[in-house]
Amino acid sequence: MTAFLTNLPAIIVVSPLLLAVAAVLLPRACAWGVACLATAISFISAWLLLLAYTGGRQSYHLGGWEPPWGIEFALDGASLLVVVVIASLSFIATIASRAVFFPEVNPADSQRLYGAWLLAIGGLLGLALSADAFNIFVFLEISSLASVTLVAMGGQADKRALVTAFNYLVIGAIGATFYVIGVGFCYAMTGTLNMVDLAERLPLASNLTPVFIGLAFMVTGLMVKAAVFPVHFWLPSAYGFAPIAVTALLAAVATKAPLYVLARVTFTVFGSFTTMTGFILQWILIPLALMAILLGTILAIYEKDIKTMLAQSSVAQIGYIVLGFGLGTSVGLQAGLVHIANHAMIKGGMFIGLAGIATAMGKRANLSNVIGMGRRMPITASGFIVCGLSLIGVPLTAGFISKLYLVLAVIDGGYWQITALVLLASALSVAYVWRLVEAFWFRGNGGETRLAENPLVYAPLWLLAGANVWFGMNADGLVSAAGRGADSLMAITSVAGVG
Amino acid sequence: MPHSITLCLMLGLATPLVVAGLAWLFGKHPNLRDCLGPLGGVITLGAALIVANDVLAGNTPQWHLFTISANIDFSFRVTPLGALFGVVASGMWVMAAVYSVGYMRGGKESHQTRFAVFYAIAIFAAMAIAWSGNLLMLFIFYEILTFSTYPLVIHKQSDEAMRVGRLYLAMLLSTSLLLFLPAVVWVWLVAGTLDFTPGGILGGRIGNTIGNAGVVWLLLLFVLGIGKAAIMPLHRWLPAAMVAPTPVSALLHAVAVVKAGVFSILAVVVYIIGGEVVVAAPASVWVVWLASATILLSSIVAIQKDDLKARLAYSTISQLAYIILGATLASQLAIIGAGLHIAMHASAKITLFFCAGAFYVMAHKTKVSELDGLGYQMPLVFIAFALGALSIIGLPPLGGTWSKFYLMAGAAERGLVLVIIVLAISSLLNLYYLLEPVVRGFMRKPRDKTIPSRLPLMVIPPVITAILSLWLFFVPWPFAPLARLMGGS
Repeated sequence: MTAFLTNLPAIIVVSPLLLAVAAVLLPRACAWGVACLATAISFISAWLLLLAYTGGRQSYHLGGWEPPWGIEFALDGASLLVVVVIASLSFIATIASRAVFFPEVNPADSQRLYGAWLLAIGGLLGLALSADAFNIFVFLEISSLASVTLVAMGGQADKRALVTAFNYLVIGAIGATFYVIGVGFCYAMTGTLNMVDLAERLPLASNLTPVFIGLAFMVTGLMVKAAVFPVHFWLPSAYGFAPIAVTALLAAVATKAPLYVLARVTFTVFGSFTTMTGFILQWILIPLALMAILLGTILAIYEKDIKTMLAQSSVAQIGYIVLGFGLGTSVGLQAGLVHIANHAMIKGGMFIGLAGIATAMGKRANLSNVIGMGRRMPITASGFIVCGLSLIGVPLTAGFISKLYLVLAVIDGGYWQITALVLLASALSVAYVWRLVEAFWFRGNGGETRLAENPLVYAPLWLLAGANVWFGMNADGLVSAAGRGADSLMAITSVAGVG
Repeated sequence: MPHSITLCLMLGLATPLVVAGLAWLFGKHPNLRDCLGPLGGVITLGAALIVANDVLAGNTPQWHLFTISANIDFSFRVTPLGALFGVVASGMWVMAAVYSVGYMRGGKESHQTRFAVFYAIAIFAAMAIAWSGNLLMLFIFYEILTFSTYPLVIHKQSDEAMRVGRLYLAMLLSTSLLLFLPAVVWVWLVAGTLDFTPGGILGGRIGNTIGNAGVVWLLLLFVLGIGKAAIMPLHRWLPAAMVAPTPVSALLHAVAVVKAGVFSILAVVVYIIGGEVVVAAPASVWVVWLASATILLSSIVAIQKDDLKARLAYSTISQLAYIILGATLASQLAIIGAGLHIAMHASAKITLFFCAGAFYVMAHKTKVSELDGLGYQMPLVFIAFALGALSIIGLPPLGGTWSKFYLMAGAAERGLVLVIIVLAISSLLNLYYLLEPVVRGFMRKPRDKTIPSRLPLMVIPPVITAILSLWLFFVPWPFAPLARLMGGS
């Protein structure tokens, strides 16, 4: 039992990666079950780690090799939070996926489908746990290539998905290349890849120019992966044309891990270069975040197709997270981490709900064909809208807590103009969600036919909707976890090699 | 086992929610469904009265549920002002629930179940606002009230109603998001807490952090950000929302929504900024002028309105500004007057709206000019209207006398003679535009032979609330003692 507990960090990542192979090899009927099992193991392991977590940085050495030479997984406030979010949302999305996958994907492909699905999840979990800059590249590639495969599965229903997947592949490869070039520069100057070790040795480098070039490359690469404006353009089309279950998974978790790594690199690895990172945060990340917030919100308002509309909204929501990070303060990081968790619950729930609606209708949902949906599918539609209300930050939902802490962080940072802009965008976001509320309940003649609702869709959906409400009222747990996460990102402690 | 008074808090908050749930379940059984509202109202009112009594005994009833962050709790904690508003909201619900059954059935309105459900949820939000333990809780339920009243505003689902619904949401949400929320967060950053505390939480932190100018900016953010208080120029949503059925107008304009707005402003002044801090900031007098301007301008608009509900809406804007005036004057007497006016105006204005709805459903009249000679056909309704109008004007022997008296005394306390003149002019204007319907009803010859239908469910509530306005002159319990307790005397 103790062996099991101490190996939990490895189990979280290894379980989906290994069982991905099983999903491909076992008969078609088993694929979904294997995926559920793999994600359930990660889910339970992540929560066990969270419950057992007592603070500080816990290091896990794969194969017993000591860092900085061996591969190290590290658990601290931030990585634990991100791992729990990714593991939980992956599990829930996996449960919901089966009921909505196969109108869009040929059931004969389910083994390959769930194989790629698990690889993507395993890659993301590895990203969040890895304490080694190069392993982050490896996991980045695993999750990217698997995600591209998943997006391309949408090609069976809509050929445009293939072009989208190709674009996604190329852009993703560029992002990963930029990142690995940056790592290379840092490695050349320090001879180490372990992130804590890097943080210690980078300031001692004989020439700082390559170090800064490395930083620039890493940040740019990660921005591509995290879909930060203006390198976000792959996201709306990828989310828009992927099978909707894939969109649910990707929207909930895919950009969260790169965002976390972005914060890790800027605040932990390059934490001692405050002038340089301060410049990047204040003059690059904050302006880009604001552009993302405004652009994403406005495009979402003008979008009629609901799936694309939610994808545009994701661009804006990523902007909110990056804005929190960009403030460079502890409370800003806290706000960003809170929103990483909340946005995963919100968008995961909304896409699962939308998947249920689109599957029941047998076509893509747009604003005109969902009229009266509140009467046609009351359980699914109301769960979807609860998550939608959380998206616009209605009080008593998690989204409100995100908004509250972001505003707190922005005002605390002294940026009054940004406060106004953020709140304006938040008020505008009401417009696109409220059109759905109107269409669902307050339009139409009431004579619509009922559609069948699938418990395999609405149970996970309502789990997330309930979580949104719960974390909107009893927010302290998440907020303090994010506070610990922010502290661990800011802390530049010399813990290298300490096991 | 929680303290028994905590049980009363739970009861007062849970009853409206239970009513909403049951009304939804029993949607197919209209008789059962429509009993729930009045019954729930009585239970909630009972709980609110017990809570008020406990507050008067010097206690602070509270109920802690969750923790939002290290220094902010998700908890209810009843201040004297909160107890006062709780009694107002629940008391008016009893009457409004009886009346709305008569109105909805008499008018054969559609979506009656949805109406009943969201009406009860709105009352829940109002009770939660009243009993909030801190400013963040107040903000949370302030927003919930906006959303829960939206389905009531667009009840008819006509294009006009949908357009007004959007205006309603857009104005209330944008003001609260752009001005109210930053003000809340600013206070949080300055004071480190948001708990309602007698005397305010900013006292002692002014000099070195925000200064007197900061206090005025903060006050302005709150007064404008709390759009439900409908201060000009942010009043447009209120007359527009007249498109909703009359019980909704009664709810919006007398019981829950606008009263929640002015209650919030008053709570901010009394328990967050602190009356003395406001008085000490000389520039705060500009906010007083803003309120004074609203009082006069909206009265002038009201005179020109022939549509009775529109006229009442502008009268409401004017009366709300009285309360904002009292809050921003912030002297002890003015605050007592503002608190009292919440109760007095509620009972009087709900009477007027009930009467307006009765004119519409029973006689199909919506314009003031159409009421000629109708007084002898519907004497009770007209007498109730007259009493309500007199209370709003502030004439004895009606409850409104007291609040107007305190407000004037408060203005004198600040030495603002001009404000006293504004109040006097406004009373004269009120006299004209609120008594015109009554005069027409009894003095003019009827234009046509209208035989009003008999609907006792629509006549009894205004009569009772009119008698209540009369009663409150002689026995202003529990409002006067609560207002005095809030004022700190």
